[in-house]
Amino acid sequence: MKKIIQEINKGKVLVSDGAWGTFLQQKGLKPGDCPEEWNITRPSDVFDIANSYIEAGAHMVETNSFGANYFKLKNYKLEGRVYEINKAAAQISRQAAGADHFVLGSVGPTGKMLIMEEVTESALYDAFKEQSLALEAGGADAIVIETMTDMDEARIAVRAAKENTACAVFCTMTFDKIIGGEFRTMMGISPTEMTQTLVQAGADVIGANCGNGMADMIGIVKEIRKSNAQIPILVHANAGLPQYHEGETSFPETPDDMAANVREIAAAGANIIGGCCGTTPGHIAKVGEVVKNL
Amino acid sequence: MNDLLNKLSECIEFGKINLASPYPPQMKGQDGADEITRQALEQGVLPQEILTHGLMPGMERIGLKFRENKVFVPQVLMSAKAMSTALVHLKPHFLSGAAKQKGTFIIGTVLGDLHDIGKNLVSMMVEGNGYRVVDLGTDVSSEKFIEAVKENPAAVVGLSALLTTTMVNMEKITREIKEAVPGTFVTIGGAPVNHDFCLKIGADNYSPDPQGVVEYLNSKIA
Repeated sequence: MKKIIQEINKGKVLVSDGAWGTFLQQKGLKPGDCPEEWNITRPSDVFDIANSYIEAGAHMVETNSFGANYFKLKNYKLEGRVYEINKAAAQISRQAAGADHFVLGSVGPTGKMLIMEEVTESALYDAFKEQSLALEAGGADAIVIETMTDMDEARIAVRAAKENTACAVFCTMTFDKIIGGEFRTMMGISPTEMTQTLVQAGADVIGANCGNGMADMIGIVKEIRKSNAQIPILVHANAGLPQYHEGETSFPETPDDMAANVREIAAAGANIIGGCCGTTPGHIAKVGEVVKNL
Repeated sequence: MNDLLNKLSECIEFGKINLASPYPPQMKGQDGADEITRQALEQGVLPQEILTHGLMPGMERIGLKFRENKVFVPQVLMSAKAMSTALVHLKPHFLSGAAKQKGTFIIGTVLGDLHDIGKNLVSMMVEGNGYRVVDLGTDVSSEKFIEAVKENPAAVVGLSALLTTTMVNMEKITREIKEAVPGTFVTIGGAPVNHDFCLKIGADNYSPDPQGVVEYLNSKIA
């Protein structure tokens, strides 16, 4: 289970996968559909996505379970099927990853705010525990808690995964560049604050995902590395910010644009590099080429 | 009397809900928006004055600080909570006509999108700035927006979206609202949208932050 960490400790930079959400939409997911229900209803389409990243050269692939927590599934009246949906998600990615690649069980935010008293800490903990256990049962090597903006929710998710599974626990948050050039999450958390809190909570790997593209990620990685010299860092970058043209949205950064930043982000301290919204197997293949020659 | 309204505006700005609330730490043990609004009403301060000189300046100050990245979502939410607590005491006066809101703002997250944090922030900020808000919730269709516009003539409509896949629904919804009730103003917001997108889909305004929506409404309604 800790094999990913061992690989990183050998000094290797690893390649993760690219977007899932935008990929599912290409395969016909409609706004308003539950993406994670496809693990049950369209498993071969989900497998295709996982498989295409493995074929592109990724060392690890995520699972189609980002929104498969109790609170998000409740929107689709699927809250009674959290375990089944997450276990299936991990099984599908495991099948694509085989024994040689890693499976990262994706866990996203609940959308419920502690500060507004929409949810209690113990209800959050229970939801993350349920999801993590199911991902582990389906064969995940690591739980990757991602797109977090609230420090407390991220910390509770890390604890729930750490205390209840034998998986490695990753956690990435989503930062924006604010006026003055610093980075903060929507809830005001800096990369430094994240690093201190999540390392203490027991995270094995921390980092950033989504955001404004690869170039901003370099600054975020530098700040994390400055605050902690050892902790492995994961980056899942968007292909820039979406642009709109004739009824369609697209992402501006090409595979070559993304690959052009890989050397610098690795030098800044990133240990695992992959993509988020708008990135494709083509992006991951290009990132892989650069990583091979580091 | 003036002092009471100044204190109220500080409670709103710093998110002090009531005496019992421990937040913000520097105001612990002091009266909050709840107590001060009641005291003001008991002392005969007009509800309109409380809205205009107590709540609105506080909301404006937190809105500007949010725009300037001096505070983040949690601080705005606490301000909004303090504001809602005060509004509970003022609502009967709005209903009786003793105090008037500036106009009506209809808001919703567009069809297919279930995200509500941004929509709620705007909703609360607009309400705290003296407007009546009709919040249609998330996953709102053109039909629901149109029905609300017909029920609330001259209201301005706000559309929210978080996802790149649902922002495209803003185009159809904007067009259909304007076809059904010509002259209706539509303002849009959300992480993936921008000014360029606003122009392309025929909406009237894009705001990157809640204060921008308030300023837009002030320019159109107040």
